[in-house]
Amino acid sequence: MSDLESFRASTRAWLEENCPQPMRAPMTEADICWGGRNWQFQSEEQQIWLERMVARGWTVPRWPTAYGGAGLSGDEDRILAEEMERINARPPLQSFGIWMLGPALLQFGTEEQKRHYLPQIARGEIRWCQGYSEPGAGSDLAGVQTKGVDQGEYFEVSGQKIWTSYADKADWIFCLVRTEPDAPKHKGISFLLFDMASPGVSTKPIQLISGASPFCETFFDAVHVPKDQIVGARGAGWSVAKYLLTHEREMIAGTDSALFGSADLVAEAKAHIGLDSAGRLADPILRAQIADFLVDEAAFEAELEAARAWMRAGKMIGVQSARLKYTGTELNKRRQELLMAVGGLEALAWDSANAADHELASLWLRSKGNSIEGGTSEVMLSILSKGVLELG
Amino acid sequence: MSMEILTEDQQMVRDAAAGFLSASANVDSLRQRRNATQGGRGAHDPALLQAMAELGWYGILLPEDQGGVDLGARAAGLIAQEAGRNLSPLPFLGSAVLAAAVLRDCEDQDWAAKLASGEIQIAFAFEEGGKHAPDHVAMQALAMGNSYNLSGAKRHVADLTGADFVITTAQSDQGLGLFLLATQGTGVQIDPLATVDSGNYAHLQLDHAQAEAVLAIGERAETVLANALRVGRAVAAAELLGLADEAATRTSAYLKERKQFGMTLASFQALQHRAADLYCQIESTRAVVAAALDAIDQADPQAESLSRVAKAKATKTARLAVSEAVQMHGGIGMTDALDIGLFMKKARAAAEILGDHNHHSEWLLQQKGL
Ligand SMILES: Cc1cc2nc3c(=O)[nH]c(=O)nc-3n(C[C@H](O)[C@H](O)[C@H](O)COP(=O)(O)OP(=O)(O)OC[C@H]3O[C@@H](n4cnc5c(N)ncnc54)[C@H](O)[C@@H]3O)c2cc1C
Repeated sequence: MSDLESFRASTRAWLEENCPQPMRAPMTEADICWGGRNWQFQSEEQQIWLERMVARGWTVPRWPTAYGGAGLSGDEDRILAEEMERINARPPLQSFGIWMLGPALLQFGTEEQKRHYLPQIARGEIRWCQGYSEPGAGSDLAGVQTKGVDQGEYFEVSGQKIWTSYADKADWIFCLVRTEPDAPKHKGISFLLFDMASPGVSTKPIQLISGASPFCETFFDAVHVPKDQIVGARGAGWSVAKYLLTHEREMIAGTDSALFGSADLVAEAKAHIGLDSAGRLADPILRAQIADFLVDEAAFEAELEAARAWMRAGKMIGVQSARLKYTGTELNKRRQELLMAVGGLEALAWDSANAADHELASLWLRSKGNSIEGGTSEVMLSILSKGVLELG
Repeated sequence: MSMEILTEDQQMVRDAAAGFLSASANVDSLRQRRNATQGGRGAHDPALLQAMAELGWYGILLPEDQGGVDLGARAAGLIAQEAGRNLSPLPFLGSAVLAAAVLRDCEDQDWAAKLASGEIQIAFAFEEGGKHAPDHVAMQALAMGNSYNLSGAKRHVADLTGADFVITTAQSDQGLGLFLLATQGTGVQIDPLATVDSGNYAHLQLDHAQAEAVLAIGERAETVLANALRVGRAVAAAELLGLADEAATRTSAYLKERKQFGMTLASFQALQHRAADLYCQIESTRAVVAAALDAIDQADPQAESLSRVAKAKATKTARLAVSEAVQMHGGIGMTDALDIGLFMKKARAAAEILGDHNHHSEWLLQQKGL
């Protein structure tokens, strides 16, 4: 048996034995384990599953063991993912720390920062939120105005962020702050980390059209941020921010199952529309629309897999993340539109008390944010036309 | 900028509708309805129903001898267009158009006059599944003496909650029939629904419920039903047109106001072109909706085809308008506090009512022998 074959065999056996049955069921957004200081496990099994995976470093399999990971190679990581998928094992922990901050710290953090912050992320102890967007700085992210005034030992941070997902639930924030007011736009930003429990931080939830309130306005009033809580050099935060965004975009591009439920378009179409005597979907136009979608979806799955293989091989994804984000999110919106068309009048059902939970209409509405969050589709197309095609 | 020629009467109807709806049955009224009814499980606001009656809207399609004002489908479309613009929570389509059209063609005097005066509310039940399929009628009507007993289920009946009577399609010994029943009668069960657009929809369950009136039966019922659906879908298209137009107007206004990269969003050509494309789609829609409504008023043989094209086109244009609206607003477009999301929700529901784009394009293909 090759090393990889035996890795697969031992992984399979371990998962069989250690993944609790309820953690092998399809999940919705409501079942995600986000971790954090105030995390209330939804079930004993959710807690057991997290603890067992943490102990093996498998919440962040590729991170070095010194930082809470398992130091897996790209191939081992793929095998682990395949074996988890085989039994429908849920991710034990999902977080902005794993998806976004971790990769940025691995790239730009000091050794001390890595040893301090990364294991907390790996163990699900600290939940992070992303303080990028401001009322005046959305697509023009480098236009952030939240200011950090140098007070010797610390920066005094004041200003406002907006659309901060889960700011009211997060423990810490990674935040773009203008610390060099006299430098050119892109050279005056620093990437700061601070505790949301610091004096001067407040949040106000904003309700989404899908019913839930996962994002917030976030206010900073003279918050003290010690100077060692900066990632990268002063005024060099834009590079860290952009690097982090490439990971965020790759992540959003692949947001298929976890956030958008397990509704299977093909099965739903059969159930709601039915088949004709020739065994074809009874609505021929819808059938053609689904065909068109399935071809694009299959191509995109290959595209995403190729990108993952590229990253597993240790290569940077860079501006290419913009194409994955654009294609993946536009596809997801199409998928949700098709599911609504398939459900017809039935799909209009809306339970305002639990709207964000399981309902098709709520997921359909939430999907509209996909092509806005993490940089809009228009911004992705601009990045590609300039950064790849060298137009303009 | 659009090219629309209206008669004086039509202009008056439109201005009255615009004035009343924007003041009294607007997006805020919809929000109030949503809060008061937990997402739509409740009757319409009685004050709005009263106002509709005073404006003569229940009688818009009814001739004078049936108590109406007989202004025709085009006028009904103009009201619906304003209702779409304001997301007005009113039983206009279900009662004033569909139920009234049935009563008109059945040449019924009493029920029509009571509807026109606002004395009673009547809903029209014709769907039994999740997709528009008015030809699929499983509900049974059993002859009992000189009346009928009805059993079966209708789903997603518009404006049923709070209505006094409901007209339903059912199969009888003589083919399709149109029957009127009291909603409070024995054997009638109504289950109000909460829906994404907070509209008034309910499922109707009949168990040996006795009909108050047999409005039409056999071939005649088929004709009456076809006429009602035709005018209904053209008016529904007008409502979608108003909705799309308003979503586009609000979006253009936002593009002129919001700044990024030191300039307004309106200065980015990528957005300019999409806004202009949307404008073109809306004007095409406006033309075909008007053509369909006029054809209905003139009993033009093209009316059937035009009404279907109008509903298909308006459904598609409204979908484009609301998705562009949310996207071009960016993050704020995803918030419940901004009205744009409510336009998206209503467009989704209105797409399904009386047949979506696929439904009517399929009909068109079959007409063309494809
Ligand atoms: C569900 C959701 C979750 C989010 N979570 C977070 C979070 O956790 N943290 C965070 O910091 N932010 C978050 N965001 C914010 C998100 O990153 C911004 O909304 C996004 O970057 C767009 O900014 P904006 O909303 O200001 O829109 P704007 O920048 O005002 O854009 C409005 C419209 O104009 C277009 N546009 C702008 N400039 C151009 C141009 N030059 N050419 C063509 N078109 C242009 C845009 O593409 C968009 O369609 C979230 C957003 C959503 C919807």
